[in-house]
Amino acid sequence: MIRALLATAAIAVASPVFAQSMNHRHMPGMAMPAAPKAEKTKPKRAVAKPVRRATATARKPAPKATHAGHTMPDMANGCAPEHAAMGHCTPAAPAMSADHAMPSMPDMAAPPTDPCPPEHAAMGHCKPAATTPVGTDQPAGNAPPPAAPTDLAAARFYDPAVMAASNAGMRREHGGMRFSQVVFNIAEAQVKNGRDGYRWDGEGWFGGDIHRLVVKSEGEGSFGRRLDDAEVQALYSRAIGPYFDAQGGVRQDLGHGAKRTYATIGVEGLAPYWFEVEGALFLSDKGDLLGRVEAWYDQRITQRLIAQPRLEVNLAAQNMPGSRIGSGLSDAELGLRLRYEIKREFAPYVGVSWERRYGDTARYARARGDDTGGFALALGVRAWF
Amino acid sequence: MTALSRRRFLRDAGLGAGALTVPWLPAWAQRVSGGIATPPPTVAGDTIALRVAHQMMMIDGKPSHAIGLNGTVPGPLIRLREGQTVRIAVTNDLDEETSIHWHGLLLPFQMDGVPGISFPGIPARSTFTYEFPLIQAGTYWYHSHSGLQEQMGHYGPIVVDPKGVDPVASDREHVVVLSDHSPLHPHMIFKKLKQQGGYFNYQKQTLAGLLAGRDQPVADRAMWGGMRMDPTDVSDVTGSTYTYLVNGHGPADNWTALFQPGERVRLRIVNASAMTNFNVRIPGLKLTIVQADGMNVRPVTVDEFQIAVAETYDVIVEPATADAYTIVAEAWDRSGMARATLAPRVGMVAAVPALRTRPLATMKDMGMGSMAGMDHGSMAGMDRAAPAADACPPEHAKMGHCTPAAGTQAGHDMAGMSHSMRDFANAPTLPKTPTVQTISPMPMDRTGEPPQGLADTGHKVLVYRDLIALDRNPDLRAPSRQMRIHLTGNMERYMWAFDGVKLNEVKAPIPFRLGERVRVTLVNDTMMAHPIHLHGHFFELVTGHGDHSPRKHTINVAPGGTATFDLTADAAGDWAFHCHMLYHMHAGMMQVVSVRPDPAAGAPA
Repeated sequence: MIRALLATAAIAVASPVFAQSMNHRHMPGMAMPAAPKAEKTKPKRAVAKPVRRATATARKPAPKATHAGHTMPDMANGCAPEHAAMGHCTPAAPAMSADHAMPSMPDMAAPPTDPCPPEHAAMGHCKPAATTPVGTDQPAGNAPPPAAPTDLAAARFYDPAVMAASNAGMRREHGGMRFSQVVFNIAEAQVKNGRDGYRWDGEGWFGGDIHRLVVKSEGEGSFGRRLDDAEVQALYSRAIGPYFDAQGGVRQDLGHGAKRTYATIGVEGLAPYWFEVEGALFLSDKGDLLGRVEAWYDQRITQRLIAQPRLEVNLAAQNMPGSRIGSGLSDAELGLRLRYEIKREFAPYVGVSWERRYGDTARYARARGDDTGGFALALGVRAWF
Repeated sequence: MTALSRRRFLRDAGLGAGALTVPWLPAWAQRVSGGIATPPPTVAGDTIALRVAHQMMMIDGKPSHAIGLNGTVPGPLIRLREGQTVRIAVTNDLDEETSIHWHGLLLPFQMDGVPGISFPGIPARSTFTYEFPLIQAGTYWYHSHSGLQEQMGHYGPIVVDPKGVDPVASDREHVVVLSDHSPLHPHMIFKKLKQQGGYFNYQKQTLAGLLAGRDQPVADRAMWGGMRMDPTDVSDVTGSTYTYLVNGHGPADNWTALFQPGERVRLRIVNASAMTNFNVRIPGLKLTIVQADGMNVRPVTVDEFQIAVAETYDVIVEPATADAYTIVAEAWDRSGMARATLAPRVGMVAAVPALRTRPLATMKDMGMGSMAGMDHGSMAGMDRAAPAADACPPEHAKMGHCTPAAGTQAGHDMAGMSHSMRDFANAPTLPKTPTVQTISPMPMDRTGEPPQGLADTGHKVLVYRDLIALDRNPDLRAPSRQMRIHLTGNMERYMWAFDGVKLNEVKAPIPFRLGERVRVTLVNDTMMAHPIHLHGHFFELVTGHGDHSPRKHTINVAPGGTATFDLTADAAGDWAFHCHMLYHMHAGMMQVVSVRPDPAAGAPA
């Protein structure tokens, strides 16, 4: 490499320095064919045009101007980053310290050995009598930081009490705000073989980034009959990672089954591959244990047309005849809903839902004259505010 | 004095008014502007009065609610001269607190205008008088630092003319204020972001796109999905709600800046957006950047540049013929554009280019440095025939592609894809909280790369490393210490913070000794760009330019990248330090920087 460099440098020297239009940014043909090319290349517009009516200040850089395009105006700069990158030189350790992404480089203080090796000087990249790095090219020291003050500087100019209140308000406003959202992921009418019904599944949250109050509700029923199943949960939610919240609280069953109350614990969040997932355990006031897993995925077909496959599975640790729930896998639902986001907040949808009750749950349903599953056509609106 | 200033303003506005006058805009921002070189339709002088109030504004023919200053959006151009001391009386006609921060001006901290840090704010229906000397020249701007008022139009430009001759010569100049405006109330925008982070993104990847062969192939989609990362998440708030404005005008309004062929025209471009970085170009004209963030730079000629939120760039263009040119300021997620025309006569228009394909984030944007299939960005054709045995050769380290395995930091097995996106070994100082969704496993300095989405334009795009200060830096000392500050966030929960701690949870300021020089590396652990602004100071970018390092007040840290600056903490007081994406700041990506005499050294203030 060095030999190639030397050779190149020798040729390069033959052409006027200003003609060596080595655009260091685009680095065409980095493999050093620079010299032959250089003779053909026109001088770059270098420092644009000299400023008309320019003052002395503006003209000052003129002699170096031809290199301005090289982003290395100060030839004192031994091994500029662009150069090092091109393999024109290997920065001596001290010179390297001019860089930034290297906080852990020791021995920054040693003076450079030779900031302008001959091959460089030959290419006009630097002057041999280069001085030590200047300005921001110098390495930084390792002095400790000072202690942080505890007072407000502005309290010397304005009423300290007013200033303190203003400071507290400013801090609260930048990151401490509370928000809320209510989302109905499902709010639909279901057209089925037999009885048509309705269904909802939604949640709302109120709070900050970490701590929130979450209210969830889901349920279903048949038109013309009373509410079938329904529940409401009130949960404290806490962000436990970038994507997931842990939630705990109470669940109250409504509807015409046993109106049980449960202690609830669960997680909700965004899994890899953009799956929204929810899992929860419910312990009833009778000691019964239930579980639930939900997952869905928004597949954008266009910017506004979105298909949402969705899965919900309910589990139970024991038979709960009062609530018509059998042990084990009690029921499962697979849905596919296609919505159109007229607005992000308002998206009518059409979809299909397939439900199935299993085991004793199915037996309880049959005993009541209910169906044990099947397909339903879903017409609804996904909405939030 | 207030009355006087008001009269002057009215007079100025009157002078600039012609047949096309729109009363809610200052004359310099009228739809057809003769340029501010002619009658100065500005507020100027030693005493200035500004009034903050609700108003309506017309955008592309539609009325929209706004908060303006002196009845205009943007507010009037404040034209000052280096060396003067100005008194600016700000009257708050809102029913809530307001404030004005003088973005980029070096002034006593108690005049900096940040409620809760520099002063208590300006209560409703009251007047506060700012007073400060002008010790610099250049293009700056001002805006509210209260709530989310800035999004509603509470911003305007500042030009400070130099005491002596301006090293940047021009025959004519125009101020170009870019911004984003939504009919939604900013609190509603913020609420939507909290409820659904991707609410405003209508450029996501879709099944239809996949079938049409667009965007990522299946394998990449699966991999990104596995990481719960959306490569289309470029801008949080997009053209789906924003109209992008030039001097308060929509694209259809076509604000026009006039010139005579052969003139050197100086465009003072300010990005006063709440959330939008713009890609600026004028098809048919070269852009010579002569100033960045108010500080003169050695002229560098480009075809396009990205102006991050809160940055300013002064550009010289030299249209030689009597043609019209379109000033294109494309939102960096390509969801819309601000458009204006540069023309020799009123009414001329040029072709408006179509929006280009929106960018997709890359592995590099996740901080995977050189892992991304050795994707070296624009360094196409780089000869990699001799892959070094050393996992981190100095050349690479130098470019920030990797960190040399000093000590035990050997977590960088470049071979495998085992880089966890949330490995706290890569940033041991960060709290293991939901605020930190991702940690860049291998962040690299990206100041030499074209900004996000501009790698393949086929023409010259400005990169930070192109910027070289015209004047020698005032402080050439080596930094006595160094620090790293992590830019962290959670895009799902819309949480943003420095070092994983939102401002509402921060207990102490980031302390600096008065006069000390410190090297600060910003590490972007998120997949979003963050334009980071430090109040009351300029810092020198560490981009290899020695004693002519560019001095800036705002640095846009690329996704998954790092940026380093040297700061001389020479302004005693408390200062705001924050991401200038308005909703990132509001979500907590802000801290207080304190600059105090070192009690240990016993130095007086």
